[in-house]
Amino acid sequence: MRRKVYEIIGRVLLYGCAAITIGLLLFLIAYILFRGVGGISWQFLSTSESVINGTIGILPAIENTLFVILVSLVIALPLGVGAAIYLTEYAKNKRFVAVIEFASETLAGIPSIIYALVGVIIFCTALKLQKTLLSGSLTLVIMILPTIIRSTQESLKTVPQSYREGALGLGSGKWHMIRTVVLPSSIEGIVTGCILAVGRVVGESAVLMYTAGMSMAMQSFSIDSITGASGATLTVALYHYAKENADFQVAFSIATILLILTVLINFAAAFLGKKLKRS
Amino acid sequence: MQVLFTLCGLAAVGFVLLITVYLVISGIPAIQKVGLFDFLFGQTWAASQDRYGIFPLILTSVYGTAGAIVIGVPIGFFTAVFLAKVAPKKVANVIRPAVSLLAGIPSVVYGLVGMCVLVPALREWLNLPAGDSLLAAIIVLAVMILPSVISLSETALEAVPKEYEEASLALGATKLDTYFRVSAPAAKSGIAAAVVLGIGRAIGEAMAIMMVAGNVANMPELTRSVRFLTTGISIELNYSQDGSLQRQALFSIGLVLFLFTMLINAFLNLVLKREKER
Repeated sequence: MRRKVYEIIGRVLLYGCAAITIGLLLFLIAYILFRGVGGISWQFLSTSESVINGTIGILPAIENTLFVILVSLVIALPLGVGAAIYLTEYAKNKRFVAVIEFASETLAGIPSIIYALVGVIIFCTALKLQKTLLSGSLTLVIMILPTIIRSTQESLKTVPQSYREGALGLGSGKWHMIRTVVLPSSIEGIVTGCILAVGRVVGESAVLMYTAGMSMAMQSFSIDSITGASGATLTVALYHYAKENADFQVAFSIATILLILTVLINFAAAFLGKKLKRS
Repeated sequence: MQVLFTLCGLAAVGFVLLITVYLVISGIPAIQKVGLFDFLFGQTWAASQDRYGIFPLILTSVYGTAGAIVIGVPIGFFTAVFLAKVAPKKVANVIRPAVSLLAGIPSVVYGLVGMCVLVPALREWLNLPAGDSLLAAIIVLAVMILPSVISLSETALEAVPKEYEEASLALGATKLDTYFRVSAPAAKSGIAAAVVLGIGRAIGEAMAIMMVAGNVANMPELTRSVRFLTTGISIELNYSQDGSLQRQALFSIGLVLFLFTMLINAFLNLVLKREKER
């Protein structure tokens, strides 16, 4: 009898908890779509907020998000891939490798509100960049660096040693070998790292709220004003509409867009990850 | 080329040093002015009276994190056992991406749903004047740590050698007994790592909680409006004057939070390292 009760309780717990997890996700998706889809229209996506017409548009937020993704990746990608190449191909001193890996893990564990503080202290104030998209992007570079280092490093490790020996045996130099043999065969891992990094940037709000500003105005990303551009990304816009304007319709519409982006990013990363495993 | 790559590698170390140095330099002045003891154990945070005691914030962060762990870890653990041991492969292959989707949803979205669903629901059920409370924050945090707890525990459970389970089954133990009394103990350091990672996530979250916790610096109570260490920074960062004692005190909170997370990270690394060596 006691055994049977134990067995039943155990099963209920296992199935119940799995059901809770899945139920939560389904509820989140359904609720966000239910409240958000109605507000999405071409006008919502392609214009900026207009007080005169009484319409709301989030084009500036979309542009700001793209800008931040672009700038932070352009800087973090070479830096992260370079660091991973150093760690897997060049480094001989194990102690030194451990120090760099520890640093990268530390960066990955720092909460984003601390990055926000650091961004405010270093980029906005000390380097006098003010509250701009540039300050935000530079802060995010530090934040996504570990993601890129780790996934590049993992895919570099899967390149068979014989490739390297083959190339070196044919008389190639080390850098030539890395450029023509190692990097091309680990490109999928690097791309996966980029996708994960984009995911972090898209989802980040605390850092950008304090380093990049909350304005919903249209930008003119011209060459001379680019360092001065400041504004809200999608997540910050969501916060702005929900918490400061209490305009939940708009907030849920932005949430819907963020949800779709998250799904796309996850699928892309999973797809590449699978491909990577097979090869 | 080697020099260039070495520099890239050093960049990560440089950033960590930069962050540490800047946080310490900007965090110390306010602590000196307020006094370390008064800062850490003062019970009133009120910028208008120039009183900066962060004891309520520390306690709230500790209680909030503990609450999230108490709710999130069991659910996550059982889901992980289900995924790793019970679920048919096809089912598991549907749930796994669902869990990583849960991990990818931006924290403001969690905050938004919390604000619109959880907060009003708590107000109704518990008959509160306002639903923004520690309890709301705990529930949101529990959901947010779920994915990391699940995926790390699942990996640990998958790594348990098949022979252990086979031996247990051959001795006549039921499947459930085997999962809970053989597999789970064998995977305990991985599961411990999952818990520590969850703690790290919960203590560092700011935006989602800022939207549901009410943000008044009360001593923590489940149904009261509270302020965490993270939200203590975020709620005033945009309004404080550059160079004021208030702004400096925010940096000091940052320093305290940073020390907390470093401690948790060090512990996590230790646990993971032990797992690797086994």
